[in-house]
Order: sequence, then structure tokens, then C-alpha cells
Amino acid sequence: MSNTKFETVIGLEVHVELHTNSKIFCGCSTEFGAPPNSHTCPICLGYPGVLPVLNKKAVEFAMKAAMALNCEIATESKFDRKNYFYPDSPKAYQISQFDKPIGENGWIDIELDGETKRIGITRLHLEEDAGKLTHVDGGYASLVDFNRVGTPLVEIVSEPDLRSPEEARLYLEKLKAIIQYCDVSDVKMEQGSLRCDANISIRPFEQEEFGTRAELKNMNSFSGVKKGLEYEEWRQADVINSGEKVVQETRRWDESKGKTFSMRGKEESHDYRYFPDPDLVQLYIDDEWKERVRSSIPELPDSRKKRYTEQFELPSYDAEVITSSKHLADFFEESLTYTKDSKSVSNWMMGDLLGYLNANNLELPDVKVTGKGLGEMIGLIEKGTISSKIAKQVFKDMIESGKAPQTIVEEKGLVQISDEGAIKTIVQQIIEKNPQSVSDYKAGKQKAIGFLVGQVMKETKGKANPGLVNKLIKESLD
Amino acid sequence: MSISIKDVEHVAKLARLELKDEEKNQFTKQLNAILQYAEKLNELDTENIEPTTHVLKLTNVMREDETRDSLPLEKVFHNAPEEDEGQIKVPAVLE
Repeated sequence: MSNTKFETVIGLEVHVELHTNSKIFCGCSTEFGAPPNSHTCPICLGYPGVLPVLNKKAVEFAMKAAMALNCEIATESKFDRKNYFYPDSPKAYQISQFDKPIGENGWIDIELDGETKRIGITRLHLEEDAGKLTHVDGGYASLVDFNRVGTPLVEIVSEPDLRSPEEARLYLEKLKAIIQYCDVSDVKMEQGSLRCDANISIRPFEQEEFGTRAELKNMNSFSGVKKGLEYEEWRQADVINSGEKVVQETRRWDESKGKTFSMRGKEESHDYRYFPDPDLVQLYIDDEWKERVRSSIPELPDSRKKRYTEQFELPSYDAEVITSSKHLADFFEESLTYTKDSKSVSNWMMGDLLGYLNANNLELPDVKVTGKGLGEMIGLIEKGTISSKIAKQVFKDMIESGKAPQTIVEEKGLVQISDEGAIKTIVQQIIEKNPQSVSDYKAGKQKAIGFLVGQVMKETKGKANPGLVNKLIKESLD
Repeated sequence: MSISIKDVEHVAKLARLELKDEEKNQFTKQLNAILQYAEKLNELDTENIEPTTHVLKLTNVMREDETRDSLPLEKVFHNAPEEDEGQIKVPAVLE
């Protein structure tokens, strides 16, 4: 039984921190990066005798996210205690939802090789986050920062519908985009406001029942999720092909080693002894409340993508990339109130803008350039004020300084030279300096003209109108 | 339903309690007595009754999303076993 072809089955559990101002059950701030333990109080520290009171905004954010993920919204929902001992949880239980989550039976669509695939969402429930541990003293002690305790979280559990690490990555990207559009979370994996665990198993293609699964933790980036799952599907196939059995266990992805490792001690199955939290009364979500929250959901990525391909005739790929982030999509639409050339806006975004952001590991809100700026800059190119070559330089400056394109063009004297007389003088100089190219051209080497045009552009620091330069050189030589 | 010594050992383990053998026997007896008493409820027909999750008929007790002052740090550490660099220091529990 060696080298059997296996099918991979993956389900993801995603935790998203909701960006409310205060915690889910107390008035402590949820600010990220504050001094350790400065945002704690008797409630989130789990002192005896305190009474948690539910944050209404957290409930509405969870409802909004659940609706955007096409979930059915519960009419009656409640909170339960999940009991476990760990130093990151001062109460020794986490307030979560067991049998009556906010949302159930949702789905999102992902696009794979041009085909749409629907991935089921089992449930979305609301719970509180735990504290942060830093292990010190060679692993003998831990430092606890309770600032994060009580930050509202939603846990979104997918059906085991994903069939490859790439599908898992696409699902996660789409989930991130939808949550970001809903404006209920920062969804930043690097800051931990989006976290992902995975259940993965493999089975021979003809087999119907699922194989034994491993739970994968500690994948801290989108590429980490994909790499961790790829390693794990390979490892499980290797285990089975060598005649052994996959063990059900929790494994930790180690990004630097590129491997997953068994987390021993977790094998003993958890016994969380869920029971209804007596401190928190039932939630009753009537239709009026549901509709009020539903009406706050903006146009979501799939709908925008469709609109961009139809209304603005963007290629599907460009529309996918631009709508993958609400910041990019809003930027795109803002540009289009200043120029009609949607294809040009898209090209500048896909090329220079994303190129700059990716190279510097930044996101759009980290830089100062606006959609208005790009729209106006394209206007300057259309009017012939600047060449597209100069525009590249202007745009980079806009990204870095946030200045308006007109200001940059004026300050740096980048206005395109379209004065025939001025260019003609330079053309004459270049022709005189490059007799070899001139004779090459006359001998029929069309390419030589490119060199001469390049020299004129260099002489004018790229400011000469390239069309005009071409024309004038040809006139001088022919 | 009856509780065995194994159940008591399991619950004790979950609660991080170390029990002597005589305590295990004692708790097994006591827990069984409590369960037997609760068994009486099974005499009632609860066919069409929704499970009670809360004794109060209240719903939707919520607060607005407003921040309040947190505890001063010295009060936070008042109940901490040990403090180190503004954090609470505890023996490591590795998962």
C-alpha cells in the first residue's frame, strides 16, 4: 500500500478580534500595544463576586460578520462557560457559546482556476479572548499580560469542504476581505487580530469516510497557513505509505524549521464541561434588531468585483486583487471621480502602487497617497502636462509624501517639454554627438532610433514629450 | 446514574485536586447521594419543556461600548504571586 494518491480534507477555525472600544464584559480598553496589564479590572481579572455585562456593540459586530458570511442568525442565543486551567485565563473558564451560537449554516464562495466553489460555514460564535503569555527563565516561568483578556472574539468554523492548502488560503483571504468590509475587525494576522487553526486529514480518493485528523496551530501568516498545511498533507501521506497510522493530535507549525511538531500532553482529550453562564442572561434577537444590523452591511467584495468587471471592464484578475481589500477598492472608486480611465487607474494600482506596498511590506492605509491624487495624476498625463515616464516618478513621490501631483510637478519642475523648438535644439546636439547611430539608422537599422530617443530623454531628464522626440529625430534624419 | 471512583478521580484531576483514598470513597458516596436526590426530578414529565438556562426571565442585559478606567497597576499586582517587568510571573505550564 505505498504511494497511494490521497485526497486532502481541511476545515479551518478562524478567530477574529472585534475592534470595539471596550472589552466584551467590562469597560477596560481594548487598545493594542498598551503597557502590560494596564487595561485590566476586577471583572476581566476574574475576581470573585463581579458581574460581567455584555457589550452591545460586540453582539452587533458578531451579527454583522455572521450575516456577511451568509449565516442564519439565532433568535435566541446564550453564553456558556468553557472550563480549563491555563495561566492565560484568570477565571479558569472562558465565556463562550456552546449550543446557541450567534450564526450558523453560512457559506462563502472562493474562486479557483476560474471556477467558483462554495465553502460551508458551520457556525460563528462570540467569546472572550485570553491573555498573552511570554515564556521566560529557560521555559520554567511565564509572564502574563492580561490586557487581551476579554477582548471580544468571533470564532468562525468552516465545514470540512476545503480540499487543498491553496483552497484554505483562498478561503482565509476571502474571509478576511469580508470581515474587513464589514468594518468589525482590523483582521491583521501579524498583530493577532486574525488567527487560524486547521483540521487536516487525508484519505484515499475512493474512500468516503474521513481519515484521522491532526489539528494544526501557530500558523501566523497567510503563507504560513498554506505552507503548514502542505507540510502536513505530505507528512500524513508519508506516515500512511510507510504502513503506519496517523495519530489524532495537535501539532504546532514551526515556520523557521518548515515543519510541524506534535504538542505532547494535549492528547488527553479535553473535558471542558460547558454549562450556561449564570451571570449572563439570554440574548433575544428579534427581526427588527436583525434588520437594523443587516442594513449596516456595505457592498461586499464579490458584488464589487462583479461590478468592476461589468461597469469598468476590468479583467477578472485585476478586479479580484483590487476588491480583496476594502482600502484598495475604495481608493479605486475615489480615483474614478477624478478620471474616467478605469483601466489606467487599475494599471497604476496593480503595478506601481501594489509594487511599492509589497516591496516595503506596507498596506494602503500606511501610506499617504489618495485615490484623488491618482485620479488627478492620470488627468495630468491625459492633458500632456507630464509624460507617463515622469508620472512614475511623481507617483512614487505621492506615495511617500502624500503631496498632490500638481504640487510635485511644480516643485520639481517636471512639466513635460512639448515645445518643438526646445526639443529640436537638443535633438540636433544628440545627432551630432552620435554619428555612429545616425549611420546605423541610415543603413537600415531601425533600432538605432531608439537609442537616439533615449539620449534625448536622458538629456531632458525624461521631461521631453517622447512622441514629439521620435517625430523630430525622424524628420532630422530622413 | 451512579458515580464510580473513576469518575471522582477524573473530576478531581480536572479540578487539580489531589485526593486521598478515603476522600475518594467519601466523595463517591456523597456525590451519589446528591445525584439520587436530584433523580427525583426524573419523575416529572419534561417532554415539552424548554431547558432552563437561567432562573431570571430577563433578556438582553447589555451595556454601551464605553471604556472606563482600569485598575492602577499596583492594585493589579496586589493579588499576583510574583511580578516581573510589569507582568505577572507564574510557573510555566506548557501545552
